[in-house]
Formats: sequence, structure tokens, C-alpha cells
Amino acid sequence: MDTYSFLRQLADSWVLLAMFAFFFGVILWAFRPGSRSMHDDISQAPFRNEDRPAADDSDAALLKGQDNG
Amino acid sequence: MLNYIKLILLGGVILFAALAANWAHDLAYQVHALLIFVVGIVMFVWVLRHTDEPVAVSAGDVTGYMDGPVRFGIVATAFWGVTGFLVGTFIAFQLAFPVLNFDWAQPYANFGRLRPLHTSAVIFAFGGNALIATSFYVVQRTSAQRLWGGNLAWFVFWGYNLFIVLAATGYLLGATQSKEYAEPEWYVDIWLTIVWVAYLAVFLGTILTRKERHIYVANWFFLSFIVTVAMLHIVNNLSIPVSIWGSKSVQVFAGVQDAMTQWWYGHNAVGFFLTAGFLGMMYYFVPKQAGRPVYSYKLSIIHFWALIFLYIWAGPHHLHYTALPDWASTLGMVFSIVLWMPSWGGMINGLMTLQGAWDKLRTDPIIRLMVASLAFYGMSTFEGPMMSIRAVNSLSHYTDWTIGHVHSGALGWNGMITFAAIYFLTPKLWGREKMYSISAINTHFWLATIGIVLYASSMWVSGIMEGLMWREVDAQGFLVNSFADTVSAKFPMNVVRGLGGVLYLAGGLIMVWNMWMTIRGGASVKAPVGVAAE
Repeated sequence: MDTYSFLRQLADSWVLLAMFAFFFGVILWAFRPGSRSMHDDISQAPFRNEDRPAADDSDAALLKGQDNG
Repeated sequence: MLNYIKLILLGGVILFAALAANWAHDLAYQVHALLIFVVGIVMFVWVLRHTDEPVAVSAGDVTGYMDGPVRFGIVATAFWGVTGFLVGTFIAFQLAFPVLNFDWAQPYANFGRLRPLHTSAVIFAFGGNALIATSFYVVQRTSAQRLWGGNLAWFVFWGYNLFIVLAATGYLLGATQSKEYAEPEWYVDIWLTIVWVAYLAVFLGTILTRKERHIYVANWFFLSFIVTVAMLHIVNNLSIPVSIWGSKSVQVFAGVQDAMTQWWYGHNAVGFFLTAGFLGMMYYFVPKQAGRPVYSYKLSIIHFWALIFLYIWAGPHHLHYTALPDWASTLGMVFSIVLWMPSWGGMINGLMTLQGAWDKLRTDPIIRLMVASLAFYGMSTFEGPMMSIRAVNSLSHYTDWTIGHVHSGALGWNGMITFAAIYFLTPKLWGREKMYSISAINTHFWLATIGIVLYASSMWVSGIMEGLMWREVDAQGFLVNSFADTVSAKFPMNVVRGLGGVLYLAGGLIMVWNMWMTIRGGASVKAPVGVAAE
């Protein structure tokens, strides 16, 4: 099979399926139970550190630290 | 030690530029070589004078937000904005009064050379500086982290503006690869690629070292804009220079492949430069100015992913009724129509953020600019999908309708959200309480709005008239109108369009005056945010 036909067939089948799956996966993930409090928290991000970066021992930094640890 | 390496590299650049100026095959290349030569010498002397000197570091320089490049970027945005509006207004009158293509200024100031100067000045210089400045501002605030990479942010600012100067002077001197919105020649493209990689590094580095747990949605939009524009720019500018001492290059793609690559680039420049990037601004500045978080964070996530997945396929709608296969232009048309949904989802999300704060519309002209901007976003993202339908496109394509559509999006959505961001940022960045004159903001809002209405409505009339005249046939099937008939019939609409441009330009000049008075006038009310301007 020549390259064009192969790529065309791949794009029309598995790649299309993979992109749809990813897209609907993202949307389902956004609506998962328990996401509301997290989204409420992120949407406050513009109001938290207007004047200076968070100090290393601030709440935001601690949260991130827990995430890593 | 680093300074010695810099001096050696700069010396190499100066030598190369001198050779290039000597052996240049064309005027644009020669002027650019001389420009690089001068810039190189200035930088060489500057670095030399700072070599082996003690480096003064104040606490604010390393702990606060890095706002120097943001300040420069905002000033550059206003400067290039007014320049671009001025050139646009002038070429609008050139179309109405061809005598303005002055004989003594040929070929440098004819419509054909000034038009790309206008489009690049407003999209890449005005819009690009606004995007770089606001993205640097927003990513720091929403990541609670200083910009990554130290002086790399300064390199991004100066490097990007050097790119703009090279592009603009190149157009006037006749260096163009004739790709719409991608006119700069090969060496300017390479320079932009270097600057853009540095931009990505600064932005991504800041996100990766963030002190917030999550990446705020505005940064998702900014990041997609940076990454996608890098991809588009590289693929669409694949070309081989004829000589290293000349500006001329030859495209790697040819024929319909080249056309498709060009409009894949062209439409995604609209989708990711003028939409995704500016949506990043919207998702930060609208909540900040309204004092309320975004209406629905979930909707913003869906808005982001839907926009990313759909926009990339919409390009072929620029090539209806061409050598492009039907399936490809149908694909582009279908995706353009589906795009309506995420676009309006985003518009609704922005407008509904004002829920409970609608009274501010009466008192706060910045909110008014934002609402008008979102309204124009909604209108042009309705009009665009409609025009991508093949039957509608057969009437609208190649007419002034397209120009009207682009300007309702660019002047309305991009222009007004940028003005709002400038009015939000100027007092904050220079430590003032508020803008010098609130009523001047209001005047600017009305001048801009009326300017856009004049522009868009005259172009609707002109474009539909033009489309109908071109396809009008008599009983024997012969065309009724010659092309020149449509040109003379468009005269009144062209004058109205020019007047719309005058109003929009006047609004821009008022903004510059207001910024000047805010920055220069009055004592600062509190310590400036971050570090002082260098």
C-alpha cells in the first residue's frame, strides 16, 4: 500500500477513534464526581497572588508540596 | 565569563552582517544586514562596558514578579497599535482615492506593499506584543511564581520587536514570499523561530515551577497559542533560500499542497493567535475586572478542548471552488460550522462572569469594552461559519464582505479586549490608582464602537453588492458588469470604511494620551508591582 493510502486509512479509523476517545474522556473527566470543589478552587487563582509570588511556605506552596509528597 | 562568550558571538554577528551588507543581492537584504550590523555594535559596546563590573542585585529583582518586559510590551502594544491603525486608515483611503498611491513614493508606498505592513502591524506587532506582555503578566500571577529564565524574557521582547522591524521594512523594500500573514522571508522566519522557542521556554518554565497546584485555564489557552503557532510557522515557512546573501527563497511545497498548507496556517493563525491567545486574556482580565471568578470553570475546560480539536481542521474553507478536492473543502466547512458551539460557549462563559455585576456596565468603561469585545467575538464567530458554507462563500469570497468580517473580529474582539487589558494593566504596572481619565476611556469606547459599525456595515453592503454584480448575467448568459464597474460602484462604501478607520484611530490616540498621562502624571499611590523598569 502506498504511503498516502495507508495514512488516509489510518486517519479515518484508529486516529479518528483515538481523538474522539480523548475528547470525550476529557469532558467526562471534567464532570467526574468531586471535581466541583477543585474547579472552584482553581477559578480563584487570579485573586490569590496579585502583588508578589507565593512564599515557599505559603498555603499554595504547601498544597503543591503535599501533591508531590 | 559569560560576557566574553557573548562578545565573541556578537563579534561574529557583526562580521557576518558586514559581509552580508557588502555582498547583498537585493536592497531589502542589504538594509537588514546594515540594521543587524548597527544592533550588533550597540549590543557589543553595551556588553563590553558591563564586563568585569560588579553586578548590583536588589532583593526585588529576584523575589518579586518580573514586570519590566510586561511594561515595555504594553507600551510597544500601544505604539504598534496606533501605527497599524494609521497605515490601515491610509490604505483604506488609497482604495477610495487611488491618487494617494503617490508617484514620488513608488514603489515603496503603494497599496500592495503597505497592505501587508498594515496586517502584520496590527496582528503581529499590536496583537503579538499584547499577547506576549499579558501572557507574561498572567502566567506569573496565576502560577504565584516569577518568570522563569531570568533575562530570557527580555530577549523575547526585544527579539520579537526586532522581528517586526525586519518584517515591516522588508515589505516596504519588496522582500516578501507572498504568503498571506506569512510574508517575511526566510532569515526573518528563522529569527522568529529562535525567539518563539525562547518564549515557549519562559512560559513553560514558569508553569513548571509554579506554586499553585493547578494550571489556570488562561495559561492553557496561552500555551496552546504558543505551541500551535510554532508548528504552523515552521511548516508554512519551509523554503530554500536562493542565496545566503539574498532575501529570495523558494517554497518547498507547490501547487494545491502549497495553497492548503498556507490556509492551514492562515486560518489557524486566526484560530490560535487571534482566538486562543486572546481567550487567555479574556479568562484572566474579565474575572479580574468584574471581581468575580469565571462563570463556569467546567465550561472553560470544554471550551478549550473543543476549540483545539475543531479549529485545526477549518482551513480548507478558504479554498472553496479551487483545485482542492471537494472532500477537503467540505471537511473544512463542516468543522467551521461545528466551531460555532465552542465559540459561543466561550462567549457565554465570559458574559455570564458578569452575572451579579451587570451594574458595573453602567459605571465602568473597561467592563463595557470587555462586553463589547465578547459581543463582537460572538458576532464574528457566527458570521465566519456562515461564510464558510460553500453556497454563501460563492457570493462572499474575494469580496469586501470578507474584509468586513475580519475587521469585526479584529477591531471588535481583539482590539477591544486588548484596550481593556491595557487600561487594566497600565495603572497596576506603574503603581497608579487608576487611569488618568475614566471619561477618556469612555470616549475611546464609543469612537471604537462607532468606527467598527461604520466599517462592518459599509463592507457588508459593498461586499454583497460586489458579489451580486460579479455573478449577474443577462438573458443571453453574458456577464453584465465589468470588474471596473464594481470598483466605481464601491466608492461611497470605501469612503465610509475609511471614516470608520479614522474614528478607530482617534480612539487609539486618546488611549495613548491617557496612558502617557497615567504613567507620567501624578504621584504613585503605592509601591510599584514587582521590579522597576530597567
